[in-house]
Amino acid sequence: MANLTPELESERKRIVEYARNEGLDFFETIFEIITYDQINQFAAFGGFPVRYPHWRFGMEYDHLSKSYEYGLSKIYEMVINNDPCYAYLMEGNAMMDQKLVMAHVFGHSDFFKNNIWFSKTNRKMMDEMANHATRIRRYIDRHGYDQVEKFIDRVLSLENLIDRHSVYSTPSEKSGSPSADGNVMLRYSKEYMRDFINPPSFVEEQKKKMRELLQKKQKFPAEPEKDILKFLLHFAPLEDWQQDVLSIIRDEAYYFAPQGMTKTMNEGWASYWHTKLMTTKILNDSEVVDYADHHSGTVATSPQSYNPYKVGIELFREIEDRWNKGQFGREWEECDDVREKQKWNKNLGLGRQKIFEVRKIYNDVTFIDEFLTEDFCVRNRFFVYKFNKRTNQFELDTRDFKAIKAKLLFHMTNFGQPIIRVEDGNFENRGELLLSHLWEGIDLQPDFMSETLKNVFHIWSRPVNILTVMDQDKMLFRFDGKEYTSNKI
Amino acid sequence: MSIKEDHNRFKDIVKGKIKEDFKKYVSHGEMIGKREKDFVKIPLPQIDIPNFRYGPKQSGGVGQGDGQPGDAMGGDPSQGQPGDQPGEHLLEAEISIEELADLLGEKLSLPRIMPKGVKQVDTTKTKYSGLAPVGPEGLRHFRSSYKKALKRYLSSGIYNPDEPMIVPIRKDFQYRTFKTVSKPMTKAVVIYMMDVSGSMGDEQKEIVRLESFWINAWLKKHYKGLETRFLIHDASAKEVDEDTFFRTSESGGTLISSAYKLCQKMIEEEYPVNEWNIYPFHFSDGDNWSGEDTRLCVRLLKEFFLPYCNVFCYGQVESKYGSGQFLKDLQKEFPGDERIILSQIESRDRILDSIKDFLGKGK
Repeated sequence: MANLTPELESERKRIVEYARNEGLDFFETIFEIITYDQINQFAAFGGFPVRYPHWRFGMEYDHLSKSYEYGLSKIYEMVINNDPCYAYLMEGNAMMDQKLVMAHVFGHSDFFKNNIWFSKTNRKMMDEMANHATRIRRYIDRHGYDQVEKFIDRVLSLENLIDRHSVYSTPSEKSGSPSADGNVMLRYSKEYMRDFINPPSFVEEQKKKMRELLQKKQKFPAEPEKDILKFLLHFAPLEDWQQDVLSIIRDEAYYFAPQGMTKTMNEGWASYWHTKLMTTKILNDSEVVDYADHHSGTVATSPQSYNPYKVGIELFREIEDRWNKGQFGREWEECDDVREKQKWNKNLGLGRQKIFEVRKIYNDVTFIDEFLTEDFCVRNRFFVYKFNKRTNQFELDTRDFKAIKAKLLFHMTNFGQPIIRVEDGNFENRGELLLSHLWEGIDLQPDFMSETLKNVFHIWSRPVNILTVMDQDKMLFRFDGKEYTSNKI
Repeated sequence: MSIKEDHNRFKDIVKGKIKEDFKKYVSHGEMIGKREKDFVKIPLPQIDIPNFRYGPKQSGGVGQGDGQPGDAMGGDPSQGQPGDQPGEHLLEAEISIEELADLLGEKLSLPRIMPKGVKQVDTTKTKYSGLAPVGPEGLRHFRSSYKKALKRYLSSGIYNPDEPMIVPIRKDFQYRTFKTVSKPMTKAVVIYMMDVSGSMGDEQKEIVRLESFWINAWLKKHYKGLETRFLIHDASAKEVDEDTFFRTSESGGTLISSAYKLCQKMIEEEYPVNEWNIYPFHFSDGDNWSGEDTRLCVRLLKEFFLPYCNVFCYGQVESKYGSGQFLKDLQKEFPGDERIILSQIESRDRILDSIKDFLGKGK
């Protein structure tokens, strides 16, 4: 399968060995050399060689190939979460670049294999994507291109409405069906113990809980549902092929979700390892300058954007350093002598162990929440910017640590997407759908909202409503197939 | 390759050929790129599938770098990377207008124009003929890079004929570079004449404006450095700039010959017919003052315009007041003459057909 030149192949072997010796534990990783046009194509397909037909891949390809042709950007590295892991090298790149990419890719491959948020992803996605493509092509043959594409467009409009954490949580309805007057008493063996084990107040409380539970059961869905695609899949009046298309798009969304949830960590981890391997093992003297040039490009910062490579690698290094020196735990937290803290070094050497642990169990939200310190923010010159309505431009707002952290976490929670849930599938007892937006200070973009609501309508095929806050008023927006209306509540 | 399918589908949606209801989702962004020595704006159409998302202006974000609270960020961070382009000469890439012209050509299946005349003026073109030690990898010249490496091997004595492996180093690489060369090229001028007498209303002028824009786009594709001149006339004619051309409204009578005479004078003085491709376009509502003036026009056409111009185009827009007689007169006078193209434009919807009338002959 692999078509590496003998020279690249021997480099690959070397790098695998170095990476293994450092403790990286990755899937078998297959490298292929492909042309820039292929790389653009694969990248447009999200890294895969085959996807179902859809214009948005064409759009992605259009953007990638234009920016490549005009020398604005090029893709160095691409790797797919799959077992075996597939990675691509661009034909004609310099040897140093290829080595760097390989070192970087082993970092990703290790992360895919070990990070817990990836544990539920399909490791045979390469085949699965091809199957999806075949299925959708079959529907196209049967129902016509336009028809299928139209449906895909509508579902894609709701693609972000999944519950990113649902695959990790265990089903909560383990208990049997509750009944209002059922026995709620705990077991007691001796009659005289009855009132001690089940005091009347406790019994009353349990009964009340049961009644509430029963009421909930009558609601549909019982609990607000974050996985709106799943809800539609089960309850919307769809034809078989539509159901399948919806489930395909939902599956793919879930497959890609962890990559969004761990972008900073994943890139940081891979960058950490390419740096480590390149500078200590792989580089030869003549390549150092080219390497430095390339690496600095990867981790460059810009005032307008957040660079996950940079933040990730710096945080991993910081963690390693802190745990090596024993800068953690209660003693460290409680110490407020700055000078003491500066020269704090207990020579514990726990750094390496700690970063491997971090890469296993954290995601971006917990990573930033736990390890982003005020000191780190100052050193890396972070700030928050916001839009100033008066001057009509974006301005630097503050360098306050709390604000920075809050903003970062906000952007990472739910992958920067608003949280929307199905509240009621039988709204007003008329089979209408009621969605609600968990408003957290930021309004939804109104024009997109109305268009999306229309798409929901076409799938639900009954009037749809969404509860949100707009310009500080609680609003209910509704689309009934003909009219889009809004009502203040 | 299946991406081509998707790519074409995307381009067709952007062009509005299919899925017309998607028009509202299409935005025409652009990015700054470099082509040869110039910075160009590259059109970057995008289709945004709507979804529930936050409004961008309220949310803000986190950045890294220097600055004080209150400092402007420069640009809109939500609009992707502002890039690092220097502020020097920035060209509006012709590609967008060229793409438009292509689109038009494709839509109307217009033939290529065969320029006539002596090839006189030089046009500059870039040609990849030279070699340089630096350049993009895509332009690497394999053979000369190899030769250079081989030379280095030979001269430093490390070349081993038994195992003739050459490993190039950075210094060996040679890249193709471009040179600017001059090429002779044909010259072309379009002279637009329009009747601005009282009977031509705003709608009529809008039609002329739209039509001339597309004609310009198409001719520009074939003639680099196309010149355009604008004449307006009622009972007398004068030359104006483009802006005035479309704004002026007079109330006088109409003597078409006045415009033709001025146009003839302009050509005779400035555009020697053996060097220039000449395209006179005349738009009116077809009202002329007298039959006598029409006869004069016909004589001018016969004696001057038809023999010397590539093609003479007359477009007649419908107006409430015009009789539309002029078109009939010309039709009677020049039946089946290839050198004059007559087209009637009843409404905006007919603009495309009319352009096809004018340019469909490939003259």
